[in-house]
Amino acid sequence: MSPDMEETIRTVLGEHGRLPVPVQQLGEADDLYQAGMSSHASISVMLGLEDAFDVEFPDHMLTREVFASISSMKTAVGELLAS
Amino acid sequence: MTVASPTGAPGSVHTLAMAQRVGIDLASAQRVREALEAHGARYLDRIFTAAEQGDCAGDPVRLAARYAAKEATVKVLRPDPDTAIPLRDIEVVRAPSGHTELMLTGLAAHRAQVQGLRDLAVSLSHEGDLATAVVIATLQPDGSAADVP
Repeated sequence: MSPDMEETIRTVLGEHGRLPVPVQQLGEADDLYQAGMSSHASISVMLGLEDAFDVEFPDHMLTREVFASISSMKTAVGELLAS
Repeated sequence: MTVASPTGAPGSVHTLAMAQRVGIDLASAQRVREALEAHGARYLDRIFTAAEQGDCAGDPVRLAARYAAKEATVKVLRPDPDTAIPLRDIEVVRAPSGHTELMLTGLAAHRAQVQGLRDLAVSLSHEGDLATAVVIATLQPDGSAADVP
């Protein structure tokens, strides 16, 4: 995965994730729900990722696991871009 | 679930034959307002059915209450972490009398059937910027899931 993708995901998280900690302090594998992201915020993050990468998350990908970390979002966006 | 014995004997309890599940959620109308400003109709269409959007007429408080109801229902359904239940499969229906009911479709209905859940009931409330919902459901008396694929 490219560093640009991770940086874009971090930017989207910063805009829509409503996290109580700075996004840059989060590791790639850190649990975002444990860090304070709500389920509602994860929907805004999903919509922000769709805008940023020009993709659409199908319903079956809207799981808690997909949005649980920067790493899992990178994997999901990568799959959508490749499909 | 246990309740005090109707005889009132001290320390006497009996177990109800009918097991129940409950879910609760709290949602902020301000967060809904912000999501509407950022994402508009896409936000509405990913979460709310056309009927719910009509009932709410864009009111962030009403939308927040319905969002809370959907999340409370997900807590009752207890899906696996890798399983997605589309929030549109959980609809808050306004009855002619004014009270609200839940209607499950698609994967939400399937999950409820597999879990042996029935008689789901919902209650919504709000105060200021916050909205909350409680959902309660009855598990089949024998505790077994329905026989579905």
